[in-house]
Amino acid sequence: MIEFLNSIQNSLIYKNFFLVLSGLDNTILLLLISLPLGFVLALLFALGRVSKIKLLSRTIASYIFVIRGTPLLVQIYLIYFGLGSVKFIRESFLWYALKEPFWCGVIALTINTVAYGAEILRGGIQSIEKSQVESGLSLGFGKFLLLRKVILPIAIRKVLPSYGNELILMVKATSLVSLTTYMEMTGIARKIMAKTFAPVEAFIAAGILYLFLNFLMVQFVKYLEWKYNPHLRLNN
Amino acid sequence: MFKFDKLVFGDAGWGDEFLIATLMTLLVSILSMGLGLFLAIITVWAKIIQNRITRFIANFYTTVVRGVPELLVIYLIFFGGNAVVMSIAKVFGYNKYIELNALTIATIAIAVISATYSSEVLRASYLAISRGQIEAARALGMNKFSIFFKVISPQVIRHALPGIGNVWQITLKDTSLISVTGLVEIMRQSRISSNVEHSPLTFLITAAILYLCLTTISGRVFKTLEVNYSKGFST
Repeated sequence: MIEFLNSIQNSLIYKNFFLVLSGLDNTILLLLISLPLGFVLALLFALGRVSKIKLLSRTIASYIFVIRGTPLLVQIYLIYFGLGSVKFIRESFLWYALKEPFWCGVIALTINTVAYGAEILRGGIQSIEKSQVESGLSLGFGKFLLLRKVILPIAIRKVLPSYGNELILMVKATSLVSLTTYMEMTGIARKIMAKTFAPVEAFIAAGILYLFLNFLMVQFVKYLEWKYNPHLRLNN
Repeated sequence: MFKFDKLVFGDAGWGDEFLIATLMTLLVSILSMGLGLFLAIITVWAKIIQNRITRFIANFYTTVVRGVPELLVIYLIFFGGNAVVMSIAKVFGYNKYIELNALTIATIAIAVISATYSSEVLRASYLAISRGQIEAARALGMNKFSIFFKVISPQVIRHALPGIGNVWQITLKDTSLISVTGLVEIMRQSRISSNVEHSPLTFLITAAILYLCLTTISGRVFKTLEVNYSKGFST
């Protein structure tokens, strides 16, 4: 038995697991900033998209079109390599953020998730029945109160499953930030592979951690769905 | 800052290289979409027949691949694929070194990812066919193959087309990750060109525009197909 445990402790997967684990905080840091920021911005963009101001709505629509039509990798490279090559950006205050691969990653992930999130939330807002808005108006609700008390709670509740999907896609998308030399889990796994020539062991260790992270995300979304859909619970 | 004059065709610019790279992206996308659909059909079949083992394997495959970043799957297949192929070849008594070329590996890697998404789409559209139709076909004495080709597939295609269109867009965008394996597609080409010309902004914007064109045009194609396939189909 002890021999067996020793053999596990000496195995590459076991050693790599803890090496890759040291990159977990960097992955989570990326998510902790870009997901909440992305949600707030997506909400604003979705409201702008359904607004009656044509210019605003069109601008946001074309932003969404461009971001959804190009791969995330292009966006990350554009921000990290592209913006960094422009002289006046290098000399401006923006350079304090853009010289760090971490902030480039955060910016790219946020830009990406805002486009997808805004489209999801727009679907939710537009699917609200007119009668509910009208009854709010007849009660004398102002625009902001209507938004806060009627439209947003219903819309967000409706789109929770698809927004949860987007959150999981974002967890997976953080791995692309490793291509800008940022050392999160995929970056560390690649470094291990370059050192030990054992690709399978390194990437399986990283894969297990990503699966775990996504599992937590699924549970979180399930909890939110349970919390905000009290009328759908079978027994209270 | 911008060197768009470097995008001319011929020796003076990168235009022809980008054209070839775009065709390579399209080739990888189409091949892996096809292979992915084939894998997806097998996965769906494994899920819907009443067999606990095949269902477990299929569920395990879709859960794991969808829960792990695409980049990791590509790395794993790119660096681990050769070893797997060689160990399979060893079973058949072939001991020489085998190296798969970049296109094969790219196609397999993207197909493995794309199949998980396609299988969900196909499964949902299979379940949308009412059981009564299959029973009616059986009552008419049709065998399994004609039920599959004459009753199930036409309706599955009809139901699945919008979803398959989405998967196609995802697959097309996922091919950009293949650039890490060294296959020269749009993304790789833009990195090579920007390293030579010291102007990343130019070539990355070119890449973005090319991807945008590809996704827009293929989106239109799928719209047309949808209209075509839903003729005489009232919802």
